Amino acid sequence: MTSPLHELLAADRFAVTAEISPPKGSDCGEFLEKARALRGTVDAINVTDNQGANMRISPLAPAALLVREGIEPILQLTCRDRNRLALQSELLAAAAFGVTNVLALTGDYITFGDHAAAKPVFDLDAVQLLQAITTLNAGRDLAGTALHGVPRFYPGAAAAPEAEPFELTLAKLRKKAAAGARFFQTQALFSPEKLIRFGEAVRPLGVKVIAGVILIKSAGMARYMNARIPGLTVPQELVAELDDAPRPLETGTAIARRLVATLRPHCDGIHIMAMGKEELIPEILADLHRGD
Amino acid sequence: MIVSKQKPFSEILASLENISRVFLIGCAKCATVCKSGGEEQVWRMQEDLIAAGKEVTGSMVIDEACHMLRVQRDLRAKGEMVTAAEALIVLSCGAGVQSVSAGSDRATIAALDTLFLGNIRRFGQFEQRCSLCGECRLNETAGICPVTACPKGILNGPCGGMSEGKCEVSPDAECAWYQIFVRLRDRDGRPLSPETTPPKDFSKLVKPGSLTLER
Ligand code: SF4
Ligand code: SF4
Repeated sequence: MTSPLHELLAADRFAVTAEISPPKGSDCGEFLEKARALRGTVDAINVTDNQGANMRISPLAPAALLVREGIEPILQLTCRDRNRLALQSELLAAAAFGVTNVLALTGDYITFGDHAAAKPVFDLDAVQLLQAITTLNAGRDLAGTALHGVPRFYPGAAAAPEAEPFELTLAKLRKKAAAGARFFQTQALFSPEKLIRFGEAVRPLGVKVIAGVILIKSAGMARYMNARIPGLTVPQELVAELDDAPRPLETGTAIARRLVATLRPHCDGIHIMAMGKEELIPEILADLHRGD
Repeated sequence: MIVSKQKPFSEILASLENISRVFLIGCAKCATVCKSGGEEQVWRMQEDLIAAGKEVTGSMVIDEACHMLRVQRDLRAKGEMVTAAEALIVLSCGAGVQSVSAGSDRATIAALDTLFLGNIRRFGQFEQRCSLCGECRLNETAGICPVTACPKGILNGPCGGMSEGKCEVSPDAECAWYQIFVRLRDRDGRPLSPETTPPKDFSKLVKPGSLTLER
């Protein structure tokens, strides 16, 4: 087994992951505080990579700091900002720091972020990045040269179970699995139907499914996501529920908690996106019976 | 054709700060079609420059400004008019501007921004369909170019931003991979290939490109 997360999922035990954005700046103190507070609550922490194309510290540093703390990171790596040399060398650096879980992403387009004038790279796509990880795991780089010191990554990929047409989405997911993805972390979900369809389609590929749950902090945030975040739809009744709520954050937390319970039977793990409110994660997970 | 558009006039004027006498050069091919450097635009540029207090020693529209020998010949033919000017203002794509700068000892001023290799949808409407990637993939993608039609240029299917067949970058546009998926399905009756397309070979695209035909 390459990582505790891998072990957990391979043993068919339920996994819980959460994501924390690294700081804009070099001070990882607050990031680590949040991560430490989740020790024992989640199994691994996703460290996002210039999320939404907004420049932040490279996820490698906070991921390495997590390893030092004995907290398991999932390093997110996008193809937007690095060519194939930079991606491979970043991966080798991650391996040297003891980072094993990697989530291979294409990356949001550069104009969405705070450096809209930058040159988008996309030398590789997520499938090709997964192939690169598999190649490194086999002791070679993309040029075929043997490595001195071979990493043992547990590669994962993102998936949008609600994106239509599903047949097209699935064609890409199949390629990701064939390229070496062993787990999928999904876009935020709001009902089990699409997750069930998704699970049925991808389980035969030998891939574990970690379902995404997002903490919606207000009705405004729900509307913003519906308008701006592709592949994600907050159902009208949830928007209404948040609209009527005297304390929207509490209601949002309750909704997330409900979603964890509804999605639980149809996945191998849950991934919480708490959007800066990581202190609410234990409450969101309160009803989760892991069954082990 | 090469699609170009005029720089803001203020920017052109700013590059003429210490220059009072200019000669104008347009191009009869692409720049004429996209109305950035044909007879009409050269004429208007001349009027605007005169209004701004500049002296225009003359003008010409070269048959194709990217043809280096022809540019040299045409510049020579204009003799006096060209030598009387301190600078040559060129209303053509960047290739044309450089034929002129290589073929004359006068300062050369580019009046256009060169945008892309474009298809003409209808008069006055241009669309980029090919980004000259040096390794054409159209035979595998139902004749739709993902290198160009997808803002990320990704080669193995839609990114996570595709939603209802629309593109995350411009939600009014169809995702390139949705277009390919639909055309393969409807025209060829087959699904997307399950084979992974390997990373592109950018060594085929080392700049500056050159090609010499065998005799
Ligand atoms: S793949 Fe696209 S960019 Fe490359 S040559 Fe063909 S049409 Fe042009
Ligand atoms: S939605 Fe489609 S066209 Fe747009 S960036 Fe993603 S893959 Fe490319």
